[in-house]
Amino acid sequence: MSEVLSPKSKVQSRHFRAEKFDFWSFFFSGLTGLATLLIIGILAVILINIIVNGWQGFTWHFVSTIPKKDFFDIKTTGVLPMIIGTTFRVLVMTIFVIPVGVITAIYLTEYAPSNSLITRIIRAAVNNLAGVPSIVFGLFGLGFFINFIGKNMDVLLHNTGAVWGQPALIWASLTLAVMTVPVVIVATEESLKAIPPGLREASLALGATKLETILKIVLPQALPGIMTGGILAVSRAAGEVAPILFTGVAYYMASLPSHLSDQFMDLGYHVFVLSTQSPNIEQTRPILYATVLVLLVLTFALNIVAIIIRSNIRRKMRSLH
Amino acid sequence: MQPSQKEARRTPGWMGIHRGHKARPLEWLAEKFIFLVSLSTILMVFLIFVFVAREALPVFFGQTDTALVSAVIPPNEMDKHSPAELQKYLELTPEQFKAMDHDTLKSLMDVKVEAQDDIPEEFRTSRDARINTTEWRYLLLPHQWDDYKKPEYIWQPVGQIKKFNIIPLLVGTLKITLIGLLFAVPLAVGAAIYVSQLARPQVREIAKPTIELLSGIPSVVVGFFALLVLATVLQKIFGYETRLNAFVAGIALGFAVIPIIFSIAEDALTSVPRAYTQAALALGASRWQTAWQIVLPAALPGVFAATVLGFGRAIGETMIVLMVCSASVMSWSIFDSARSITTTIAAEMAEAVNGGPHYRILFMLGALLFAATFISNMIGDFVIHRFKNKLEGKR
Repeated sequence: MSEVLSPKSKVQSRHFRAEKFDFWSFFFSGLTGLATLLIIGILAVILINIIVNGWQGFTWHFVSTIPKKDFFDIKTTGVLPMIIGTTFRVLVMTIFVIPVGVITAIYLTEYAPSNSLITRIIRAAVNNLAGVPSIVFGLFGLGFFINFIGKNMDVLLHNTGAVWGQPALIWASLTLAVMTVPVVIVATEESLKAIPPGLREASLALGATKLETILKIVLPQALPGIMTGGILAVSRAAGEVAPILFTGVAYYMASLPSHLSDQFMDLGYHVFVLSTQSPNIEQTRPILYATVLVLLVLTFALNIVAIIIRSNIRRKMRSLH
Repeated sequence: MQPSQKEARRTPGWMGIHRGHKARPLEWLAEKFIFLVSLSTILMVFLIFVFVAREALPVFFGQTDTALVSAVIPPNEMDKHSPAELQKYLELTPEQFKAMDHDTLKSLMDVKVEAQDDIPEEFRTSRDARINTTEWRYLLLPHQWDDYKKPEYIWQPVGQIKKFNIIPLLVGTLKITLIGLLFAVPLAVGAAIYVSQLARPQVREIAKPTIELLSGIPSVVVGFFALLVLATVLQKIFGYETRLNAFVAGIALGFAVIPIIFSIAEDALTSVPRAYTQAALALGASRWQTAWQIVLPAALPGVFAATVLGFGRAIGETMIVLMVCSASVMSWSIFDSARSITTTIAAEMAEAVNGGPHYRILFMLGALLFAATFISNMIGDFVIHRFKNKLEGKR
């Protein structure tokens, strides 16, 4: 629709401009345009600042070294355990969040009666979940997963000392899974809605049941959207620090996490530690910037992939309607 | 009427058994399973509320006590008191109390007396050592502490006498959030007007995903940038004294909120029917007049909702504020340091004793935060829902 109309309106506006120059029109268009530029400028400045200052420290040695307890020594520092910790916690999270998110999205688009009370409550819950502050998720993880589930598990399993009733990888991942469920739901729903209803109707008319239609027709078509959701959730979770502060992250660990009940080191938390506890910020600046660059590469690369897939879906959807 | 009939025909009967149709129990089970899984989102919100509030309940019911000096019952007078009184005095559960014999109880009471003897001399006479600082009046009202000249709002959860006045935190949160919104809302809404109404399609195709990319920057990275670069630049421009203050935190917070406000406002502006725009243009209005006088008023509820949701995000943002400023000073000046609720929770939970008064109060702050964002989300969603329905002609 927009493609059909836009040449026409362009002609119109050119016509007006030729007839009378409207100062206020020009002024305010410029002002809003400037706002847009400023926002893009902020993004550009942040990215360029980090890339320019960080790329020198961003070496293979830095990425692949396990540091000693003193993070601030340029020669022996590295971020390997943090990269591994962040990857682990995010991977464990996807195991939980993708099924729940996708199934909920399927319910909302395929099964839910469109205006019933329960659908509206589920939608409100999803929206709310998306708006809960990340630090509250951290408190929830501490209060529910560690102090309630973990402690009770220790009692039931007759563990001596706290095994599950303490900060651990699994609790951090579960907390993040609760936090990122809305991301997966929204992305999946968007891609499910982009599938033409005719496809479903054709499948049903050929005698397939609803479940068969969803599993064999709808889901394969929606796969890119589901992937986008997963990627966005992963990139969001990889950058979050607040929810894991009390649920699993460690300032320093001598060994890599090998069990779900282990604590772990984390890239985002490491950035926080480096930038707030550095003994001499001028000297440690290269390490800091390099660490931030690693984190940014991890989360941002994923984000860009997701945005490309998503804009493809949106284009496909627009051509359908 | 019609849709509900259609709906009824489509639903399979119990266990997929439906008269005149093939029984499909698997189909039925799958549908129920999918429904149950989607209910888990409601369960999650419910659990968050219950478990954050649960840890905070003792504060609400006045069951936490920080008084250092308390009235002591001499062990030899213990028979004068009822068992219920003794149990409360010794802080035991009824089961524990029943399980103990008279002598154990007596030794426990001795311990109580000795504990009082261990209190440093200077607190024996102190008025502050006798009060329970987790009572609501100490949480909310100014109190004249021993070392202070006049009643003041103090948040100081460390030391012998813990001061838990939450007003400085509320003021700090409000200050930082408002600065962030004052910075972010005009920029984001302006950009939304430009991108959705004025920009050429090619510009829009690039500008929109680029601005949305800003939300992909982790908040630690924004905090880091504010700490190392923005703080210095802003100090040079404005020339204030404290390098890290509420102003820097607010602006950095704005960076994080802009993409949210932008995408909701842009969505609202785009969903105004094209007929409105075309009618205005046909009547001779300029592009800008159309955007400002026709589209923006029509989309105003959406823009309002964007602001409310941005507010919800801003008061909940943790890492940026934690990295940029954290001293809790009771001050309304934007160039002073400030401490927000989120920062307090993040910075102090590690040192709070699990189950202690400080821990409970931090959870209470979390519950407060949850309630605030819950309400702002509800308002935002409600307004958007009404707005969309109105545009579609539904009431």
